[in-house]
Amino acid sequence: MNTIIKVSHLSKQFKELRAVDDLSFTVQEGDVYGFLGQNGAGKSTTIRMLLTLIAPSSGTIELFGYNLYTHRKEILQQVGAVIERPDLYKYLTAFECLSIFATMSGLKFTKTQLMEQLELVGLSARANSKVRTYSQGMKQRLGLAVALVHNPQLIVLDEPTNGLDPQGIADMRNLILMLSRERKKTILVSSHLLSEVEQIANRMLIIDKGKKLVEGSVNELFHPDDTIVLLETTDKTLAEKTISQSDYAGALVQIDASGLELKMSRDAVPAFNRFLVEHKIEVKGITARHTLEDYFLKITSANQHVEAYKN
Amino acid sequence: MWKLIKIEVFKIFKKPRTYIAFIAVWAIVSLIQIAIYADGQKYMDFVLKDVKDNFLVIGDPLNGYFVCFVILQTLLIHVPLLVALISADMIAGEANMGTLRLIVTKPQSRTKLLLSKFIASSVYVLMLLLWIAVIGLFLSMGIFGTDGLINAKSSEIILINANDIFWRYLLAFAFAALALITVAALGFFFSIFAENSIGPIVATMSVIIVFTILSTLEIPLFEKIKQFFFTTHMIAWKGFFEMKENADGESIPGTIRNLPAVLRSAGVLAAHTVFFVGASIFIFKRKDVLS
Repeated sequence: MNTIIKVSHLSKQFKELRAVDDLSFTVQEGDVYGFLGQNGAGKSTTIRMLLTLIAPSSGTIELFGYNLYTHRKEILQQVGAVIERPDLYKYLTAFECLSIFATMSGLKFTKTQLMEQLELVGLSARANSKVRTYSQGMKQRLGLAVALVHNPQLIVLDEPTNGLDPQGIADMRNLILMLSRERKKTILVSSHLLSEVEQIANRMLIIDKGKKLVEGSVNELFHPDDTIVLLETTDKTLAEKTISQSDYAGALVQIDASGLELKMSRDAVPAFNRFLVEHKIEVKGITARHTLEDYFLKITSANQHVEAYKN
Repeated sequence: MWKLIKIEVFKIFKKPRTYIAFIAVWAIVSLIQIAIYADGQKYMDFVLKDVKDNFLVIGDPLNGYFVCFVILQTLLIHVPLLVALISADMIAGEANMGTLRLIVTKPQSRTKLLLSKFIASSVYVLMLLLWIAVIGLFLSMGIFGTDGLINAKSSEIILINANDIFWRYLLAFAFAALALITVAALGFFFSIFAENSIGPIVATMSVIIVFTILSTLEIPLFEKIKQFFFTTHMIAWKGFFEMKENADGESIPGTIRNLPAVLRSAGVLAAHTVFFVGASIFIFKRKDVLS
């Protein structure tokens, strides 16, 4: 399998701020690569360096096996991107916008091809409407059409579901999965939501303060054995006593005001539920979540507390 | 490159604000034409008040060429603002809209992108001047007819024959194009530093106003440096309406009194344009796009 993106020891310094710090990762052909981090973690700066919007302070970026800065034009012909908000020319129609960016990509297009592209993102009926009349979701889809119009091998999406309603988020997710499965595109998608990345990515990277925290396949990182079960009962003392005297004693991780936390395989949750019923423990709620989610929430909330303190 | 220029011109002429300039020019020109049509003789009497007792003016001095001369003197002070409205928006406007990051990620060099944008703003300048020529010169010729031109200066009055004027206007418009392209280059230069176009527009106009004031102050220090201000040279188009004189002090038709001075001014304007555009490219190529 070919390496599509190879980032080595990438750093970016903005005056006092080190936005990206010695970051290295690789994206293989066909990957949907989740790039995860809280707001301000350095995701957008990294993506902007991948797209030559920002020059790195140090480190190298190779795309398709070539140095990005020595083969910029050839590489960017194979890259499509939606960067943060999908801002386009509000005074032009969707068709005109798409036509402009198609031409700028250096290839020739027919009207039919452009309309097909708008059809793909569900905008062909509004092709001649001004972009200013579009909803946020429609603009996001048009942004994606612009990114796809030159049939790139690599698609870079920076927070593609920002500002979308639930239906828009689901549509965007399905579109990304379709592009990966049916059109065999390599996709780098950034997000600050773990659940979002978990649903679409096969590999992922979590960064914080510009540094790599975790990288790996989603299946490895979301291993079913690493599930945390939060149990809320009417009688916490009885529940604690019963569990402590059972085979589940070793799984008990923590007891706090919200309930009892146990670490176990996701497959073991139904049996544990039966155990609680058999021992007449009244269950108010039972929630399974992954330890990675805990880890991510921990780093996110830790930083939020610092920000709150600063404010 | 040609495709990029076409795209940029297309974008300029799709923006509603582009037409503000054309409407403003039409309004000013129409008002001047109406005023001269209604009460032009009084204005002409004022212009000729010092010489009318000594000279017999044959023909109609209040003609289309004269009206256009008045229009040009008035408009070429205000048109830089209209030019800045577009040129200062070329990069800052894209940054403000959020489209700059999109165009910079396309497989085009930043130099080509900037050059195409600058050439497109120059096309806009030429279109605006063409519009001024159509309504300011040709329409005035239609309404007021043609005859000799009286160019009244503070120290002299120059009379130009009717058949010796049109080519002077062509050159004057060509020079005005160069002057306004320099203004466009200045607006363009400021545009790369900002993320909305208000700042670059204000900065461009501030430079023009300050330099124009300094150019007119007759203080020895400014006398030495004002030759380097591009604003000093923007009005050199008037040189095309001055003629050489023979030994008897009579004007020689078909001549320009101080062509080297006019060409020197054109050279200064061209040098400023190259500097502003070159500096814009140099800085923008190294700039992080954060908008």
